[in-house]
Amino acid sequence: MASNTLQKPVLAIRGLRLAFGDRRHPTPVLHGISMHIRPGEKVALVGESGSGKSVTARLAMGLLQDQKRVHVSGSIFFDGIDAAKGGPEIARRRGNRVAMIFQDPTSALNPTFKIRGQFRDVLRSGDRSISNDEADLRAEAALAEVSIPDPKRALDSYAFQLSGGMNQRVMIAMALANRPQLLIADEPGTALDVTVQAQTLNLMHELTEKTGTSVLLISHNLGVVREFADRVYVIYRGRIVEHGTTAQLFNDPRHPYTRALLAAIPKISGGGLPDLPERSPEFESPLIVHEGCGEPTEAFA
Amino acid sequence: MANILRSLLHRLGAALIVLIGISMLIFAIARVMPGDPARIALGPNATAEQVAALRLERHLDASLPVQYFEFVKSLARGDLGTSLYTNRPVTTDIAQFLPATLELVLVSGILMVLIGLPLGILSAHFRGRFPDHVGRLIALLGVCTPAFVWGVILQLVLGYFWGWFPIEGQLAQSTVAPPLVTGFMLIDTLLAGDGAAFLDALHHLILPSLALAMSGLGQTARLTRSNMNEVYERPYVEMARAYGFPARRIATRYAFRPALIPTLTILGLEFAAMLGNAFLVEKVFGWPGLSRYGVEVILRKDLDAIVGTVLIIAAAFLIVNIIVDILVNVINPRIRLAAGRA
Amino acid sequence: MSEPGSPVLASRTRSKAWTAYSADPLSVIGLVIVVAIVGLAIFAPFVTPYPDHVGPTGDFAAMNAAPSADFWFGTDVIGRDLFTRIIYGYRLSLIMAIVVLAIATPIGVIVGLVAGYKGGWTDYILMRITDVFLAVPPLVLAMAIMGFLEPTLLNGMLAITAMWWPWYARLIYNVTRAEAQEGYVLAAETVGASTAHILFREILPNCWPSILTKMTLDIGFVILMASSLSFLGLGVQPPTPDLGSMVADGAKYMPDAWWLTVFPAIAILLVVLGFNLVGDGLREAFEAES
Repeated sequence: MASNTLQKPVLAIRGLRLAFGDRRHPTPVLHGISMHIRPGEKVALVGESGSGKSVTARLAMGLLQDQKRVHVSGSIFFDGIDAAKGGPEIARRRGNRVAMIFQDPTSALNPTFKIRGQFRDVLRSGDRSISNDEADLRAEAALAEVSIPDPKRALDSYAFQLSGGMNQRVMIAMALANRPQLLIADEPGTALDVTVQAQTLNLMHELTEKTGTSVLLISHNLGVVREFADRVYVIYRGRIVEHGTTAQLFNDPRHPYTRALLAAIPKISGGGLPDLPERSPEFESPLIVHEGCGEPTEAFA
Repeated sequence: MANILRSLLHRLGAALIVLIGISMLIFAIARVMPGDPARIALGPNATAEQVAALRLERHLDASLPVQYFEFVKSLARGDLGTSLYTNRPVTTDIAQFLPATLELVLVSGILMVLIGLPLGILSAHFRGRFPDHVGRLIALLGVCTPAFVWGVILQLVLGYFWGWFPIEGQLAQSTVAPPLVTGFMLIDTLLAGDGAAFLDALHHLILPSLALAMSGLGQTARLTRSNMNEVYERPYVEMARAYGFPARRIATRYAFRPALIPTLTILGLEFAAMLGNAFLVEKVFGWPGLSRYGVEVILRKDLDAIVGTVLIIAAAFLIVNIIVDILVNVINPRIRLAAGRA
Repeated sequence: MSEPGSPVLASRTRSKAWTAYSADPLSVIGLVIVVAIVGLAIFAPFVTPYPDHVGPTGDFAAMNAAPSADFWFGTDVIGRDLFTRIIYGYRLSLIMAIVVLAIATPIGVIVGLVAGYKGGWTDYILMRITDVFLAVPPLVLAMAIMGFLEPTLLNGMLAITAMWWPWYARLIYNVTRAEAQEGYVLAAETVGASTAHILFREILPNCWPSILTKMTLDIGFVILMASSLSFLGLGVQPPTPDLGSMVADGAKYMPDAWWLTVFPAIAILLVVLGFNLVGDGLREAFEAES
């Protein structure tokens, strides 16, 4: 990782603010968060539901900005553009420069189309002129890569005919099919059972290592984060409260909120993050950044 | 396939039960209402003997169940009785007037789908923006305006004032009617190889079918819009956006198809409602369909003709709904595959 | 989305519902239309310029007059003021809609409640009867019933009522089926509450929003149906002013006396539109409240 810090970040978010609602009475959701991801790095954004981690991921992909009553300021540097305002530039990069894996793979695949058609459209967002035959060949290869035993049959299936684990593999194959620079995984496989979840996380780990894809992992599961991520941002009510390498953060949690989180992990399973029953004023204390983890200062755009 | 066939038979069976229910309902209304049907039918100048003879012929003195049994017996022979208005078998009358009505309803149904669905898609795609406002306004006016109001307004503006369309009828006076084959003017003119007559028939069809389509068209657009807005919230649409599928492709494929499934059922109901509203539009445009006959027999208390007309329309209504059910199954892979597997 | 909405102030739900209602300009326009029409209809004798034109006689000096300052919407073939007759037509339509719904709604609601809660054979028989009514296009059924009755105001209402209740039965049936599984119903059963108590005290209150919304929409649609029947000559008979028959009569004098058709036609459109907008607004307000 030390060598990584010299490389230009793939994604750099600066002072990102988000509010919903009409202009006179906006409800603030993000209060100016900053984070970055370097090439090949796996970074986790951890927080409770409602903390703002999912909207951060969606803003990074430009998925929220065109909706009404959404107010964004700050910047999101990605692939030579500022995506904070959304628009066609980031839209063009979706599916090929940046891709996303969803919480429940089965509901993220369209129930009225076969996998084949959807896979073709995924490949088309990387290469507009690809023929159907060529797309099918590449799709089969991509499915074989995620160890799907009979790719042809999977392509001719509907999502509801496949198991959740299978669909998760299909999603991973789709996400990496166009070799994106950045993969955003939003609570991947939370809807699946624990073994399948672990398998697909391993698979994702393996493939992104191979392709050198950076990963932004959105999660509330500290066990998964510890296994998977190189670096961790902890988010609480729209603010980053602590930032450090995985080792620093788990061995030496310094922010009261992070400490409370870690203390609340069920000892045996090390699984999900229970919603903390109370809000403590301490949780609002300022951001703590561990050694060597400062935000980069170079200019991006 | 065998399973689809079985479910089709099941549906037909259910439809038959409802049809029997309708026949009992109409029959009950007809016989329980005050007044002597025979006396009403023959008019005040008929002698008591004539009335008695008719009562005997029509089993009007028997008990209600016996009357109903007689009625079903003749129904099974394809006999709907004789109209006292035209003095012909009711089936003959209906066979003469039904095709024009069906042609009008079918063309309206096509317009409803071809205009209503795209309107709904546009509204959902441009949610909260100008095309959405226009689409919603058209849909709202469609739903809130009776077919005959659309009829008179279209006739007045596009027919009388601007002269773009003929005012009345199926064909212009100068056009020679094609030989009667199917009763559908568009088909008969084509069979006769008369292109000019075909265009004339089409020209005459536009205003009435548009007037008839407006309500269903509005409802279709409204439902498509709201169903699509709901589908737009689903993860698979977010996935399509996150993978850079073009917005237009999402609107016309990935959000449209799941939204179409719940819309179709209502589409069937709207289509069937046109069978009733056709009466209104036919009156406005002097259309030679079932309307004039239906209203006439109602005003003359022509029992057999009324029962026959209502039964035929109810049967058409049920058939439409069965077809819609089948379509829903074909479009929804979940049901189709479940039927194939089970 | 995982983000929290704005906090809900439970005690302020009434004003919240009104806020939601008034936020949509269309709902407000609808309310204005409805209030205006109902107001004009109630005070018809005082606000119309020629209240005596309701009957069979008009002003023979002004037959078939085009719209003018004296006759805003023009006059008909026997010189009756169209504006006056339209307002009285509204009066009749509204009375008709209210009577029809006042009878059809309770019948449909009771059938729906009983069938949905009792289940079994009661459910099967009641709902199959409902299906039979729903399996004929509404207008055709109403026409058929009119076929056996004299075309009078009362019979018109009867025919429309007969075809209207099944829609309420179907609506309340679905709500009841869902509510019957809820904890509060099971709790009431456990303490031995009577069936009537459960139906009317426990389940019915939860149906009110759906019923009220539907009734508002239906005032418009009953008027639409009634005017359709009278357009076909199967409703109210002359000289009673009725919007549907006015359109039918006026159509004979198109295009020269266009106002005879256009104004009654727009009058029908406007009243149905108004109640529709209010109904849609109510539905959204109820949703915002819950």
